Amino acid sequence: MTKGSISAVRRLLAVTVAFTAAAALAACGSDASSDSAGDPTLVLYNAQHEEVGQAWADGFTATTGIKVEVRNGSDFELANQIVAEGAASPADVFITENSPAMSLVSSKDLFSPVDAATKGQVPAQYASSKGDWVGVAARATVFVYNTDQVTEAQLPTSILDLAKPEWKGRFGISPSGADFQAIVSAVYALKGDAEGAAWLQGVKDNAKIYRGNSTIMKAANSGEVPGGVIYHYYWYGDQADGGANSAKTKLAFLGNQDPGAFVSVSGGGVLKSSRHQAEAQQLLAYMTGAEGQKMLADSKALEYTVGNGVAANPALKPLAELGAPTVDLNTLNGPKIVEEMQRVGLL
Amino acid sequence: MTERGVAGAGLRLPPLRAAVALAVAGLSVIPLWYVGSGLATAGGGFVDLVWRPRVGELLVNTVSLVVAVTAACLVIGVGAAWLVERTDLPLRPLWTVLNAAPLAIPAFVNSFGWSSLSPRFAGFGAAFLVTTLSYYPLVYLPAAAALRDTDPAFDEAARSLGCGPWRAFARITLPRLRPAALGGGLLVGLHLLAEFGAIQSLRFDTFTTAIYDQYQAYFGGTGATALASVLVLLCLVLLVAELRLAGRARLARVGSGSRRRPVPHRLGRGRLLAAAALLLLAVAALGVPLGRIGYWLVVSTSTAFPAAELARATASTVVLGLVGAAATTAAALPVAWLVVRRPGWASRLVERGTYIGHALPGIVVALALITVGIRYVPALYQSTTMLVVAYVTLFLPLALVGLRSALAQSPPELDEVGRTLGVGPGGILLRVTVPLVARGAGAGAALVFLAVVTELTSTLLLAPTGTRTLATQFWSESTAIHYGAAAPYALLMILVSAPMAYLLTREARA
Repeated sequence: MTKGSISAVRRLLAVTVAFTAAAALAACGSDASSDSAGDPTLVLYNAQHEEVGQAWADGFTATTGIKVEVRNGSDFELANQIVAEGAASPADVFITENSPAMSLVSSKDLFSPVDAATKGQVPAQYASSKGDWVGVAARATVFVYNTDQVTEAQLPTSILDLAKPEWKGRFGISPSGADFQAIVSAVYALKGDAEGAAWLQGVKDNAKIYRGNSTIMKAANSGEVPGGVIYHYYWYGDQADGGANSAKTKLAFLGNQDPGAFVSVSGGGVLKSSRHQAEAQQLLAYMTGAEGQKMLADSKALEYTVGNGVAANPALKPLAELGAPTVDLNTLNGPKIVEEMQRVGLL
Repeated sequence: MTERGVAGAGLRLPPLRAAVALAVAGLSVIPLWYVGSGLATAGGGFVDLVWRPRVGELLVNTVSLVVAVTAACLVIGVGAAWLVERTDLPLRPLWTVLNAAPLAIPAFVNSFGWSSLSPRFAGFGAAFLVTTLSYYPLVYLPAAAALRDTDPAFDEAARSLGCGPWRAFARITLPRLRPAALGGGLLVGLHLLAEFGAIQSLRFDTFTTAIYDQYQAYFGGTGATALASVLVLLCLVLLVAELRLAGRARLARVGSGSRRRPVPHRLGRGRLLAAAALLLLAVAALGVPLGRIGYWLVVSTSTAFPAAELARATASTVVLGLVGAAATTAAALPVAWLVVRRPGWASRLVERGTYIGHALPGIVVALALITVGIRYVPALYQSTTMLVVAYVTLFLPLALVGLRSALAQSPPELDEVGRTLGVGPGGILLRVTVPLVARGAGAGAALVFLAVVTELTSTLLLAPTGTRTLATQFWSESTAIHYGAAAPYALLMILVSAPMAYLLTREARA
């Protein structure tokens, strides 16, 4: 063994020690910052678009002087994390992209009741019937289609049409997504279990399976599949970003209270385990209030606002004109729907 | 210490080393415990969740992908290593670098690059192509190193005793190559079991993608654990298979022999053909993803270079990578020592146990650590320390494979000579063993660094709040289909990884 390699080992050891020490220091630093009685720092578990959560946190700090640390992740990651953390969760407030993640946390009784004033800022159909979370934003289900392959006359008039033979292999879905599961829930709730099960089997036989809305949209744009079920904002977002993945497509809104016109609610709630209940409620009130909702409308997320009296981004078809079906948000994507989707093999 | 059997059986176990090895083994039990307790909750429903047609589909998909890709990586990796090291192929140094470089490109970036060429790029073929291109260097590097280190005198002795070139290769070179190549192959197989990012958008479902789907179904947590338990079984099959195939031949020798370069095989007209094949490989593995990143930067209107943000994410990525690599290598050393120097069922169990964390999807390991961490060490929850512990759990095998083969190649007699000269066991470890395995350790540490740079789920869930790495930012932007905004992060991930990939070729050459 040469001298050179021994000194290389010494260097390696020295670097190891130095970095481990640095890591320990960093760890202490982050622990110390989280709490002191007089000047609370809120922790926001943000599964919403990062820019939206951050904008709300920054706006809230500017208005109230209360600091907010933002932890980003996806709905399912953060919801499962909160459930695993239980009563020891460091989170004060949790916001999501879709309501089923809120329902999971709600089903474990981990939310505090939402302040009455905050509930008053959001229409009841966009909030938990249990009163433990409220909507902070919304997104609409749409049918995206390639204009070269599908004419307006050929468009489905209901999501139920997609189980018919003429749509075999001609549309994409993302069954792992909360949105598609919500549509399945809506079909079962509105049409009953028997019709729901028959439809689900038909969809399983007909649909091309993708993972993620943007993949479906790209496939429709390239003509790989004539159409697909997605959320509205992917299309509007891509149009605003140059349209490389959506130029050859259009959106169809199914309307008429059809299950396929389902509007999914992004929720926000205060964790029961939060040691800063008052400040956390304040943050939730801010996000659903006029200022927070205006911020959402102006962001490039292109989601719908749900707060009273704040219009969504003018590029979008107004929420009130979508003809969305009425569905109890707390029953969405429940264990029964998961079992049904497992039974037909979509999960 | 009067009697000794094979390689020091019956010798006293240094207590510190044994303790560290046990602690490491304890870490790897955490995800296993999590899966087990999930199954206990599911009770009888477990059978329904596992015994259904969908699981059969996933089993066929996962097994065929693992078998096909591992085999392809072994053939391409060993083949390329042989061409570069043992033939008169032109431009040798170039190929050495180009064959390690795919390691610098995260598999999910490679996958995004390929799948954005056409949405028809999907299914088994697509998953096979992308993962083979991303992972074959894991076989190439150890195979090339082993070829380089093998004293050509063995080969020449065989030739002088009447073996033809192919027979000499099969009987002399290949056996010396076997542990290195199979170690790489094992890593490829384990990577594939846990791979999510690279195949999630390719419309090909494996156990790991299905586990993510189950978690996304919120109330499908027990379904996820049921699938994870099948994944654990598949991991065990791989571990046993590698053990059976690796063989027990002694590879260590006293005295370094000659390190001269062997007389290269003449390829004749095949030279150009071989060079063309390697060029094609490089274009597919490097050209396509790099080209697509460039394309996104130019075409997308969301392209932006927020300098402060990029610098911050780069800094935290590099620091986490270095700390993760150092900690993982340090933790792997006692385990490697134990399994090579004190073979037996107990040390074998400890070593094999550490592979399980590497074969499970990141989300399962992360949730397991959350559940345990917040209950027993709340002060460390969501601290850098805990994140580094997660990296050790996930990536220990990467450090272990290099250390293990380096230790196996260094003769235990050197330790004994040291002991007769009056050095204690700790001193032997630091003054004899560590210098001998430094190269293997360096290679392992570099692999861990590369893995940490692209790690996503555990970093998201366990890092201190507010931590942003290049990988988390890339995902955040690319799932919002702001490819232009995502591209700089992909580029930086590659730039940060490149020196490590280069280091790997140096480690293998020294």
